Amino acid sequence: MSKLYTFLKYFFIVFWAVFVVAPFLWALTTSFKDFQSVNGGVTYIPWVDFEPNLEGWKVLIKSPAKGGVDIVEPYFNSLFVTCTASLISIILGTLSAYALSRYTFKAGFVKNNDITFFFISQRIMPPIVLSIPFFLFLSSINLLDSLVGLIVVYIVLLMPIAVWIMVDFFNKVPREIDETALIDGCNPYQAFLKVVLPNSIPGLIVAGMFCIIFGWIDFFFAFILTFTEVQLLPVKIVALNSSVTPWWSLSASALVSVAPLIIVAFIVERYLSKGNLSGAIK
Amino acid sequence: MNLIANNLTYKPSEEYHLNEVSFNFKEGNLYTILGRTLSGKTTLLKTIAGLLTPDSGAIEFDGKDFLKVPVWQRNVAMVYQQFINYPHLNVFENIAFPLRQRKIDNEEIKNKVMESLKSVGLVGYENRKIQELSGGQQQRVSLARSLVKNAKILLLDEPLVNLDYKLREQLREEFKSLFSKGLADETILIYSTTDPRETMELNGEVIVLDEGKVLQVGPAKEIFENPSSLKVAEISNDPPMNIIEAEISNEQIRFEGIEIKAPNHLSKLTDSGLKIGLRSSDIELNENGHEFEVELAEISGSETLLHLKRGTIKIIMSIEEVLNFKIHDKIKIDFKIDRAYAFAADGKLASSPFGGNNG
Repeated sequence: MSKLYTFLKYFFIVFWAVFVVAPFLWALTTSFKDFQSVNGGVTYIPWVDFEPNLEGWKVLIKSPAKGGVDIVEPYFNSLFVTCTASLISIILGTLSAYALSRYTFKAGFVKNNDITFFFISQRIMPPIVLSIPFFLFLSSINLLDSLVGLIVVYIVLLMPIAVWIMVDFFNKVPREIDETALIDGCNPYQAFLKVVLPNSIPGLIVAGMFCIIFGWIDFFFAFILTFTEVQLLPVKIVALNSSVTPWWSLSASALVSVAPLIIVAFIVERYLSKGNLSGAIK
Repeated sequence: MNLIANNLTYKPSEEYHLNEVSFNFKEGNLYTILGRTLSGKTTLLKTIAGLLTPDSGAIEFDGKDFLKVPVWQRNVAMVYQQFINYPHLNVFENIAFPLRQRKIDNEEIKNKVMESLKSVGLVGYENRKIQELSGGQQQRVSLARSLVKNAKILLLDEPLVNLDYKLREQLREEFKSLFSKGLADETILIYSTTDPRETMELNGEVIVLDEGKVLQVGPAKEIFENPSSLKVAEISNDPPMNIIEAEISNEQIRFEGIEIKAPNHLSKLTDSGLKIGLRSSDIELNENGHEFEVELAEISGSETLLHLKRGTIKIIMSIEEVLNFKIHDKIKIDFKIDRAYAFAADGKLASSPFGGNNG
């Protein structure tokens, strides 16, 4: 019985691993192919099935004048916009979440829960609904087609995620910990910085991870709010497509665009496996 | 340095958490706040600490208006009933935390923390994480952190209630020896509890609190011997005092077909609607006594608690040995009636075996 169980367990692990890894392997091999090898039937193994070349990768860094698409600048634009917007969202979101978790607000019938819901409601609407006001807003303050404009819009999109996760997290940190810090001589700001925040690192990491993922993968707003001056990676990758689909450079760009998320996932996984994500707060 | 409160009232919703609470606490003394759960004990301690602002009333400490001083400048210490520590710091840093806030130099912090660790018996644990400690040890860290500050006011909010029986006994002993070591020389020690036995053992000045109101103030012995009302008698006894509606006439106490000769301190009472109060320990088994039916028998530690019934009367008796009874057993008991209390119809103490009454 237990042997069967072990067998099934490993079978599913292997099955799942293949399921998850196969597309990446497929993209990896495809990125080294040329037109001939992609369209000449099913091939998998380099040097045996097909002759690998670096054309797909070279296109990504060649300037358009030489027939390339040059994703280097959009890549760093994307990194810059995502990281800046995530960082600002986390800082503002954490502060708002702490206030919403610990203090009572009342303005007529509007109370804490309504404010929290207001933040979250920003994510309920389909992006297309938001796109028109965003477009008009950015155009009225001359920030269309600029990094700053994108960062502003991404903060609007990411901060609700941070608020949502952090309110929930702070609600689980016993108030008595803040109170003890006050009694031990901290003013409210010190209590937040010295006691509450250090105990909220797991929540900050989760919130940060979600912000980075949602910021990094956004295509829609990057597409609508930029034209020629500034381009983000997802838009540039789509622009690769022409009359003949260049599977090799598409695969290569897909791999480089997934790379930062894989790095983030590995860091979080390290942190998780050290057991730091749970158990800090009983 | 006195801590004086005047008519503290706090009513966040329909019910009073504090209802015109006044007291005058003097330094070097131990005050026990005795009350059932939700009686306002924690609210009172938090108000003294400054975590809550009362709706009305005043607190004065050392001649200054305490309500104008923010929590972090009040120099109080508090131990919660939950084991509250800083989970991101190790034991040493937890205890050092209040000292670091005061910008004391490292050498002195180290000495003070080690001394404090010694007094709670946790030497050798300074590098442990809080999560690696047992509940009792966590509470000791909490206590050490409150001791290390040399606070003028030390608040202990049911510090033992979440510990298991054995640890509770052990820590209670340690508390007593800590307090008696002169720790409280210039400190006002305020200890809240629901446990009458704990109150008697700590033997300080007792404030009986119920529904936010102070019912009685006095030394532990006085509260025990002369509870001023039925409520106090209930709160200050565990199991609660048995209350029996009875009639007294011709020097006889009558209830439920039982007739007992009234002792001197009860024989003169003539009011109607009298209630007789008798502690569970003042009832004994007696072959020639009155018949009662066993409703429930519990054995706790070395004690047997019997829930008894006769007609409409239900009482609890405790026996200082382990005895086995079955439900519905008929047993015969006798009342140590000379230790009975009498309460008037309005709940006020009418007569006590220790000579107290409210008149």
